[in-house]
Amino acid sequence: MKHFLHLLQQQLQVLWRNRHEMWQPLFFCGLMISLFAVAFSHEPAQLRALGAPLIWLAAILSSLLSLERLFRSDYEHGLIEQHLVSPFPFMGYVLAKLMAHWLTNGLLLVLLSPLLAAALSVSSAMVPALLWSLLLGTPALSAIGALGAALTVGLPQGGLLLSLLILPLTIPVLIFALAVLEASAAQLPFQGQLALLAAFSVCAVMLSPWAISASLKIHH
Amino acid sequence: MTQPDFIRTQKLSCPRDDLPLFQPLDLRIQRGEIWQISGPNGCGKTTLLHSLCTLFSDYEGEILWQGKSLRQPLPSYLAQCCYIGHQAALHPPLSARENLHFYRQLCSNPLEQPLNDILNTVGLYGFEDVPVQHLSAGQRRRVTLGRLLLADTPLWILDEPFTAIDPQGIQWLLELFIRHSQQRGVVIFSSHHHLAGLPANMHHLNLANFQP
Repeated sequence: MKHFLHLLQQQLQVLWRNRHEMWQPLFFCGLMISLFAVAFSHEPAQLRALGAPLIWLAAILSSLLSLERLFRSDYEHGLIEQHLVSPFPFMGYVLAKLMAHWLTNGLLLVLLSPLLAAALSVSSAMVPALLWSLLLGTPALSAIGALGAALTVGLPQGGLLLSLLILPLTIPVLIFALAVLEASAAQLPFQGQLALLAAFSVCAVMLSPWAISASLKIHH
Repeated sequence: MTQPDFIRTQKLSCPRDDLPLFQPLDLRIQRGEIWQISGPNGCGKTTLLHSLCTLFSDYEGEILWQGKSLRQPLPSYLAQCCYIGHQAALHPPLSARENLHFYRQLCSNPLEQPLNDILNTVGLYGFEDVPVQHLSAGQRRRVTLGRLLLADTPLWILDEPFTAIDPQGIQWLLELFIRHSQQRGVVIFSSHHHLAGLPANMHHLNLANFQP
């Protein structure tokens, strides 16, 4: 545990030093939302209905941006190798990476989402459902994305392949998240749908580290 | 009863694309020895070093550490081993001090020596807090070599440690190897350099003589 916390601190420190890269996905997300707002500006009613799902789409696409770099720099600088020969479990490194990615991506997006919702004039009654679904769904996005990043880490042009690998896997997350949003739009309780989304996230976060670690071991 | 060899390889051969890189090796490495591994490019130096530090396990034969097989990575073995590959293995945005601080957390038996002393020893006085990405290749290599001073690890495995280092640095590193071997440590490194003034406990394995 102490080992994990050290690694997490290290990762966050590295990300903070490169914070201009950290903000890029968020800016991308914000820009996408503004484009949607412009495109639907003549149909405010539609925009209002579509707002929350659009934010989810923007979340998925912007998470792709940060994933390509997730393991690449460590791989190129020989750091993954060092974690493999460290006496501590390699899983600690994988989990620290995942956690750091979620904190600097998923969590920031959750914090930003009320603003995005306001930009798309989503009704304030939907905002709690949107926040909860992002909070419980983005860990799954990080876990699935990290798996794709680990599988493509050794490839010179992994970016596009990464998107092709990950996007189909994010469909279940999107479906569960939309179920939450739909229930909320119909003013029904959405705890059940939220529980399904959370269960999916838990599975993804629990199972993906094994696949990530196996894949990084093959590539190193 | 005799003490088992510190590291012993039995008929070790490392295949690459199903072809062995070198003939089976039977090495017996004892404490207090320095081993230089040389040979032409592509002869398997790095793969041999990777096998010795359990990064590569598709080898044939056996590697024994004090009588225990290393086919599965043993944490107790890795805790005694410091491996430095030919990449610097540093986080570019972090400073030399931060990088070494992080490596100290990865050691299971770190020494208490202040990081400033270590950075002075490797010749980085005044560069402690510069992000590693702004250092020269030789300076980065010196930061990496500072890891050798962080912890009490008997086994040092180094892949091309002299890359990008000036002659004084090479001399310093050789003296460090000799001091380590006098303290019953083991140094295994790969290098093309013809090193002068080597002690008697230095062994030279030229993989060119073992080509299949």
